[in-house]
Amino acid sequence: MSVRLSLECAAARAVGRLSRAAGKGGGTTLPGKLLWKLDPGAIDALAARLPLGSALVSATNGKTTTTAMAASILRSRHRLAWNSSGANLTSGVASTLLAAPDAELALLEVDEAALPEILRRTKTGVVSLGNLFRDQLDRYGELEIVAERWRAAIAALSPTTTLVVNADDPVVAELASDRNRVVRFGIDDPAHARVSLQHAADSKYCVRCGQPYVYDAAYVGHLGAYRCEACGHCRPPLDVAARRIELDGLAGSSFDLATPSGTARVQLALPGLYNVYNALAAAALAYALAIPLDDIVSGLEGFTAAFGRFERIEADDREVVMLLIKNPAGANEVVRTLVDAETPAVVVVALNDAVADGRDVSWIWDVDFEPLLERVERVVVTGERAAELGLRFVYGGLAESALDVVEPLGEALTRGLELVPAGGRLVVLPTYTAMLALRAIATERGLVRPYWERA
Amino acid sequence: MTTIRLAHLYPEYLNIYADRGNIAVLTRRAELRGHSLAIEAVSVGDALRPGEHDLVYIGGGQDREQTLVAPDLAAKSDALHEIAAGGAALLAVCGGYQLLGRGYRGRDGSEMLGVGLFPHETVAGERRLIGDVLLDCELEPGLRRTVAGFENHAGRTKLDAGAEPLGRVIAGFGNDGESGFEGCRVGRALGTYLHGPLLPRNPWLADLLLSFAIAHASGSEPMPLEPLPDRLEAVAHDVAAARARSRGGRF
Repeated sequence: MSVRLSLECAAARAVGRLSRAAGKGGGTTLPGKLLWKLDPGAIDALAARLPLGSALVSATNGKTTTTAMAASILRSRHRLAWNSSGANLTSGVASTLLAAPDAELALLEVDEAALPEILRRTKTGVVSLGNLFRDQLDRYGELEIVAERWRAAIAALSPTTTLVVNADDPVVAELASDRNRVVRFGIDDPAHARVSLQHAADSKYCVRCGQPYVYDAAYVGHLGAYRCEACGHCRPPLDVAARRIELDGLAGSSFDLATPSGTARVQLALPGLYNVYNALAAAALAYALAIPLDDIVSGLEGFTAAFGRFERIEADDREVVMLLIKNPAGANEVVRTLVDAETPAVVVVALNDAVADGRDVSWIWDVDFEPLLERVERVVVTGERAAELGLRFVYGGLAESALDVVEPLGEALTRGLELVPAGGRLVVLPTYTAMLALRAIATERGLVRPYWERA
Repeated sequence: MTTIRLAHLYPEYLNIYADRGNIAVLTRRAELRGHSLAIEAVSVGDALRPGEHDLVYIGGGQDREQTLVAPDLAAKSDALHEIAAGGAALLAVCGGYQLLGRGYRGRDGSEMLGVGLFPHETVAGERRLIGDVLLDCELEPGLRRTVAGFENHAGRTKLDAGAEPLGRVIAGFGNDGESGFEGCRVGRALGTYLHGPLLPRNPWLADLLLSFAIAHASGSEPMPLEPLPDRLEAVAHDVAAARARSRGGRF
């Protein structure tokens, strides 16, 4: 390392310690932001030190969980530089590389918009592309703009880089159509297909000719086994597939993981079909890094939950289950998982509108909340845009008498717990900054440890 | 009471900014007054028959979806003109609002011809105009009310001289970020960039559209609908209005 880089790194690390000492959070992005200001080329230099290079994970939904699952698989073999708290912009990547000087491999969750730059700056051996859904249009613009940037970034990649793509997403699968080193994953179990495409399904029209796709099976949003009857474009063959899936409500799921090196049964401690996709993405990434199937299975089975995505918190004699919602496709899967399981009697839904949540809250109308509204007894809406959520639910058919509007998050949590009988379970569905705030409130009340103090 | 016949244009293509929220609001507010909404989806290849609808709704889509419906919409142009001239109500949001103008010119120079129902033309700009918006509207003489919404559009829409906007921009970008106008109004046809969705937090606008549609269905003059409590609606409006005042209209 050059003298200049060493000095910059030392200064940036000191800032991270100060940030934590000042109680301003985990100090997970501040050192990187400072390093970035001092020297934008520092990421390139830090990444170039890694003997095994970098593995990147991007997607609209599931990137934090996929990356955490991949870490669970990879860390018994390699020393990782992993951005476990989800700091996935350039500054977060810089911080992560800075904090792990002895790492062999960088395993990085990357924001969709930041992916082109981080691909350019790191020596990327493998990049996993999970899905593209409509998300935070106020920040990213339209889905097609993100796809176009990814297309250009992939065209500039070295031919030795392996692409791991979700074959079930037509736009994502097409990105790998003229690459040589590709691992394609997907679900192959029509028993779990939806009857029809959801309201908010995005890429419903053929990426090549524009005619509507026919779905032999649609699993999550527009992800599934699609084919175009006009031009013949269809889902490519799967290298890594999930078959014979069994969903067990909030308790988890199991499936046959089929890979070119064999098939094994996986017991996953996470609920829902969307987590089967995350597990497939992590397995395909590990396969691309030549990890044996046994290690992949034990890594997946040993994994419990990624930061804030799915958390169980003990609250005296009650349990709080927190599931992050942030866009229609993700929220639809959370709703489906809740409805397929034992539907909770009381749900707290929290909507904030900071930049990290999306300033545009219109996405809540594209979520199919109705199956949940038909079954719950009471809904507490909270957060800065609680009234907006209240309108969404009342116009969606919820009786006004079943709705509590409690803007302060802490009061809403208290109210929710009051409504649940002893021994019962309170389900909380927060957006990103509401999740952070609710975790902080739970920590204050002695219910959870802060994220930077955990494994 | 009255059955309001609603034509929802291209619901499976143009649905990106919570358009079904607008439909849900129209449905419920009609039902709370004892009326009902009969919704017909009119999509690519379906006939749009003048005289069979009291209210027409067209929403927004991403560029790709808008390009896919544009040729079909051009074929429905005469029918739309006839429907509007016949006094039916119409609400066009975002992409639908652009497509009902005379045309759209993209950054690459491509030209998309519009329906020409609204007297405006749209040209794609370099930066998207994104953020919260607050409007001052006077759609009925002497009755000034505000509309709070969210905008996200690359197009800069220029109204013809003398054309009536939906409202004047209090905060936000509006049609083009400089004229101070937002949306367009031609008789009972309203067009706007605002989604969010538009109607839940601006219930007076939903009721105005319903009164136009009921007038068309019953062959009478528009009458105000009986008021509803709208407490949550008012809170949601005020929070969104405060957002527009504090952060609207800035890149």
